[in-house]
Amino acid sequence: MIEVRFHSRGGQGGATAAKILGMAAFLDGKYSASLAVYGAERRGAAVVAGTRISDSEVRRYSNLKSPDYVVILDPVLVEIADVTEGADAKTIFLINNRGERPAALEDFILYSVDATTISLDLGLKVAGTPVLNTPMLGALAKLGLVKQNSLKKAIRQTYSEPKNIKAADLAHERVVRVQNRRFILEESEEFAEEVYETIEEAV
Amino acid sequence: MVVAETKKQDRLSKNRINKAEYLLKGNSSCPGCTAMLAIRHILKAAGPDTFALVGACCAVVCEGVYPNTCMAIPTLDTAFACTAAMASGVRAAVRDRGINVIAIAGDGGTVDIGVQALSGAIERNDDFLYVCYDNEAYGNTGMQRSGSTPFGAVTTTTPFGKREDKKDIAAIIGAHNPPYMATACASYPIDLQRKVERALSIEGTKFIHVLAPCPPGWRISTDKAIEVGKLAVKSCSFFLYEMEERKIRMSKPSINAIKKPIPVREYYRVQGRFARMSDEEIEISQQKIDANIAYFREVCDL
Amino acid sequence: MSIATQEGVTGQDHRVFVTGCEAVARAVMTAKPSVIASYPITPQTEIVEKLSLFIGENGSECQFIAVESEHSALSACIGASSCGVRTFTATSSHGLLYMAEMVHWAAIARLPIVMANANRALGSGWNIWADHLDALSLRDAGWIQFFASSVQEVYDTILIAFRVAENEGVMLPAMVNLDGFLLTHINQPLNLVDDDLYISEFLDDLKMEHALNFDSPHTLGTLIAPTDNYRVQHDRKVGMERAKTVIREAEEEFLRLFGRAYSPVPEYRTDDAEVLLVAMGTLAKEAEEAVDIMRFRGIKAGLLQVRQFRPFPDEIIDILERSPADTIVVVDRNYSGGCGGILAQEIKARLYSADVKREIVSVIAGLGGQDISAEDLVEIVKIRGGEYWWGI
Repeated sequence: MIEVRFHSRGGQGGATAAKILGMAAFLDGKYSASLAVYGAERRGAAVVAGTRISDSEVRRYSNLKSPDYVVILDPVLVEIADVTEGADAKTIFLINNRGERPAALEDFILYSVDATTISLDLGLKVAGTPVLNTPMLGALAKLGLVKQNSLKKAIRQTYSEPKNIKAADLAHERVVRVQNRRFILEESEEFAEEVYETIEEAV
Repeated sequence: MVVAETKKQDRLSKNRINKAEYLLKGNSSCPGCTAMLAIRHILKAAGPDTFALVGACCAVVCEGVYPNTCMAIPTLDTAFACTAAMASGVRAAVRDRGINVIAIAGDGGTVDIGVQALSGAIERNDDFLYVCYDNEAYGNTGMQRSGSTPFGAVTTTTPFGKREDKKDIAAIIGAHNPPYMATACASYPIDLQRKVERALSIEGTKFIHVLAPCPPGWRISTDKAIEVGKLAVKSCSFFLYEMEERKIRMSKPSINAIKKPIPVREYYRVQGRFARMSDEEIEISQQKIDANIAYFREVCDL
Repeated sequence: MSIATQEGVTGQDHRVFVTGCEAVARAVMTAKPSVIASYPITPQTEIVEKLSLFIGENGSECQFIAVESEHSALSACIGASSCGVRTFTATSSHGLLYMAEMVHWAAIARLPIVMANANRALGSGWNIWADHLDALSLRDAGWIQFFASSVQEVYDTILIAFRVAENEGVMLPAMVNLDGFLLTHINQPLNLVDDDLYISEFLDDLKMEHALNFDSPHTLGTLIAPTDNYRVQHDRKVGMERAKTVIREAEEEFLRLFGRAYSPVPEYRTDDAEVLLVAMGTLAKEAEEAVDIMRFRGIKAGLLQVRQFRPFPDEIIDILERSPADTIVVVDRNYSGGCGGILAQEIKARLYSADVKREIVSVIAGLGGQDISAEDLVEIVKIRGGEYWWGI
């Protein structure tokens, strides 16, 4: 069973993202279940939603405790919500930003896509703010969770605005892996050693 | 928690707004919420010697989650149907008239499920101020229609636009002939404060009906909420007045609006919830408004 | 465990991915009631919203009364039902308790009203999450009561409830409970039934002899003296007894027509179980996961889901009698003040009457939406002693 957790702010469509992902998995022939953790529903409040995907009946209703994927629609949430709860070395994080690695996500597998810019460029907005959930889902599909076609079908069943499909496709193309700083550091340390050796030899 | 002391004199001065805050920052309202804005001004007008009751409505959720609350005065949260009944109980216990008792509820909890308890309290003339802030739907549970939802408005239970008219709660309460009744709007805070002060100076059951535009519910952007409230008044969709001893005293913004109303179309145009109205329906609505204008013109001799 | 799906009965276009609330609304529309009177309350609001939409969209003959309170909602249904038409309402916690006097009224009046109740905690202190005390505090009102554990089960049970309630020998209102948020708001796959097949084969037209009519004018609900009242109450008891067999017949017919099997107390891996978990609602499904985890570790655990709460199922005594398990851990998502977990109390009472001795451990867990995972249930099964509050 795969568990996907979505972190968003009220009004950004995090709960709907969980539903669309569940629908896409359902269209792929899987058994899925999507649920948001409901608190005081106010715009701007931190919202957690989850989707479970399995080949057999999903019988769990409890809070997601060991996410295989964590999707962060609004990077501010890294500061105000516990996005790493239950995550381990295998958990894949997907964040909406410009390829930066937040300090809290130092040691995790991280992918990034600039969903905000994708939507702003397309003019895909609701109530004055860029739509974040559909491009993030497109990026998620690239990571192998659901078929892009099933995702698009699920998006179409949920939203009538066709720009959502474009956004999902663009994000699907543009999502990238964010290198681990330590990995880069290690690599560059090795490189530095090589250089010193070369200099020493030369000297 | 900052609660400044102000002299009663200062509070009643024209256009001087009490600097003290009894509704604290950090409450969990939606951005642009005019209901909480109205409550903030109501409490400023009332001052610190106040017990508040809050019905099951947006306001109670905006208070925040245990162990926090945004209310700096003693507050009792009530069940949905009985805000007025609980207020009667509080006043029966708190007999010092120097202490205000203010019951606050949404339109759902007043006009529908709460009207029985409110009617009973007024008939007994129990001494408290009842404020109904009206966002014209059940806002707290996701914008389902209430009796106060206007004709043509889309809500989640009137997905094709409401067929029925808005229940005129002010007229219903007026028919009880309470010692003081007023209508107000969150977009006119000074007018609202003056009405609260007037009400609190009178003994018995007082009622104030406050129109409170709701950005998510009315489908307007958060920075337009105040303007939309003014358009409601300017188009005579909502009238601002006071009533004492069966005599109606029109408030200035509505006197101007009655003399020169703007077409209701301009009020509807800026709200997504009226997007489904046909031209015929807008015309019907305009006619109803014109009839109301004629009525008030006659009654107030304008 | 409980749901067997025949292959080929439902095609791809008969499957949707929806919430528990939408599943309720769809089942209700399939049953074609004449009158729906319902008032919104979290977390049931989507039921009311979807019904408003479905009725408006499809030019349905159903009349939706937008009542101003729950008390009025059930009162309006009682009015309509008294005239012999099919009715439905939905509510939750405070709404249910607000209509409490009418809940008793509807059952005594022998009206086959079907209600969906989203189980939610009661205040003071607004807690909107899953808790069974709302429905259970009205267990004495004489309604048939089911507790569903999945979106599919909610849908199917509503469809079954109409048939059972309207059976001439039963003629009692039926409440289908679904956990607040956990079922109302979760999206799961749902297999739909063929609407025409349901109406033509599964659910007959409603025939109520006691409905108001001109052919033999009578008065419903007059004064009734001490010499007669107890007879009316006894008639109710007879109806509720009959419900036991009528429910079994309906479940068998449902399996035959729609391919999914239901029973009052579905069992999961109980044959050789040494310890049994008993639960209602979504906890029962989560408990299946727990049982699998325990079995994997060599612990012979099994699960009983109490799906039918009223009439209280005789099956549970039969199961416990033949079960090799000495210890039964009953998980109650409720607490009766001054008494204890309600399911535990009821089971103990029945076991005593049947002269069956088992160790019953009562665990109070999940109140007000307290998160209970399969891993928690694995620990819960180890608890021994009279009564234990998880998390205290």
